[in-house]
Amino acid sequence: MAQGDSSINPQRIIIVWLVLSVIADLAIIFLLGPHMPPGSASAQADEQRKTNIVLAVVLAPIAIAVWTYFAMALTSFRQRGEFRDGPPIQGDSRLQGYWIVGTLLIVLCLAAYGTYALYATTSSAAGSGGGQGPTLISAAPANALQVQVISQQWAFTFRYPQYGDVETTQLAVQSNRTVVFHVTSIDVIHSFWAYDLGIKVDGVPGVDNVADTTPNHPGTFTIRCAELCGVWHGEMHSTGLVLTKGGFASWIAQQRRQAQPVLKHLPPFRSVYYPDPTERAG
Amino acid sequence: MIGGSLVFVVVVVWVVVTWVANLPPTVQAQTNGGTASVTFQTVASFGHAPHPDWVSYLVKNKQGDWVHSTIVQVPAHSLVKFTILNYDGASGLRNPLWAQPRGTVGGIETVNGIPRRVINPADASHTFAIPDLNVSVALPGVRPLAANQCSVTPCTMKQAHNTITFEVRTGKPGHYRWQCFVPCAAGFINGFGGPMQTVGWMDGYLNVV
Repeated sequence: MAQGDSSINPQRIIIVWLVLSVIADLAIIFLLGPHMPPGSASAQADEQRKTNIVLAVVLAPIAIAVWTYFAMALTSFRQRGEFRDGPPIQGDSRLQGYWIVGTLLIVLCLAAYGTYALYATTSSAAGSGGGQGPTLISAAPANALQVQVISQQWAFTFRYPQYGDVETTQLAVQSNRTVVFHVTSIDVIHSFWAYDLGIKVDGVPGVDNVADTTPNHPGTFTIRCAELCGVWHGEMHSTGLVLTKGGFASWIAQQRRQAQPVLKHLPPFRSVYYPDPTERAG
Repeated sequence: MIGGSLVFVVVVVWVVVTWVANLPPTVQAQTNGGTASVTFQTVASFGHAPHPDWVSYLVKNKQGDWVHSTIVQVPAHSLVKFTILNYDGASGLRNPLWAQPRGTVGGIETVNGIPRRVINPADASHTFAIPDLNVSVALPGVRPLAANQCSVTPCTMKQAHNTITFEVRTGKPGHYRWQCFVPCAAGFINGFGGPMQTVGWMDGYLNVV
């Protein structure tokens, strides 16, 4: 601000910023919020959606403050006439105090909320182990559906140890029943990303990474590989099904019938599979 | 300095564009009424430059000549009869699930004329899989000590091979990639390499038009 320029009123900037921030936050909460990714197809996805809303609500006023100041600078702070430098910020302990306290509060609040959200999405209340190891952070229900996700270049296959170890090329789970994904790989590192269910777990050779989720309602969900795994990585995707209890029972029975010829050739169910040495190099 | 940088950028762009656009030719399927037929051969070694030791597919064109390509055009909403002459030896399936034919008419493949609902996973040398169409067929390899094995393409009917046939019903038009699921190059833990990641060798496209 030019020294002695009485046309610039800091309160004007604050009022504009405040009004725009309130409008933006209300729009985020009530208009954008319900449609924010990854949706509400599971408890985990819903927690992630809420986290995205909170972050957007916190960050929008900061972005608007920058844009408001920028707009004011373009329109009102334009230098006219003789150039005069503005008042120095250095040594203004009050301004520095506001800056340090303000940014500290924002960072600490985000850290606290982040810790809460991480716990909420990895506790039994909201389900989900994070997929960083062989055990869930908290135990899944006893009737949880166990599904092994076998990654390979360039497709996922799915094995159901509770249903005769049948292995399928299609993933189906049951609504309102916790599903525990055991993700592994038989070649390179992949990442099993059931986007709409809020689950993303690395598929690593020799490792059983576990995460759980509880789909809310029947429907479909997108499955993608989220780890660059070769030339066809971008094609490593499919669509999963969330079925009703009866629908899932029919589906798994059909899969077992169709897979009958190959069942005897599948290896015994294990948490990981190391290819036979003669098949490793090709 | 600026001129040199500009020349460098142009050269890099030219190399990338040339590389990306350098796809093998599209081979049209033989058609007869509502059916089409595609014939591949699968070989352990191409036998010619630039990669004589790379494993590869070849496809037969309408003139009956073998073309080093894996891009095939077939009609939509029709029955496509695939014939694959496999001249390669067995290396086994890493995932035995692929031993069962999927997505084919009747859920079967024929191996030397015999219908099969599954093959021994250890006997497989390759697969022909179109993941987006849920099609996968395993190709049994020739015996290790079989006489008159082929090492230079194109292989002939007199050389040791297995004949695998299957039928697929195509749906709507689309651009579907296909691949082999056997790690017949590189392998655990480095993954597929060379011919497995190169269109024109062990993977390609099925253009349904």
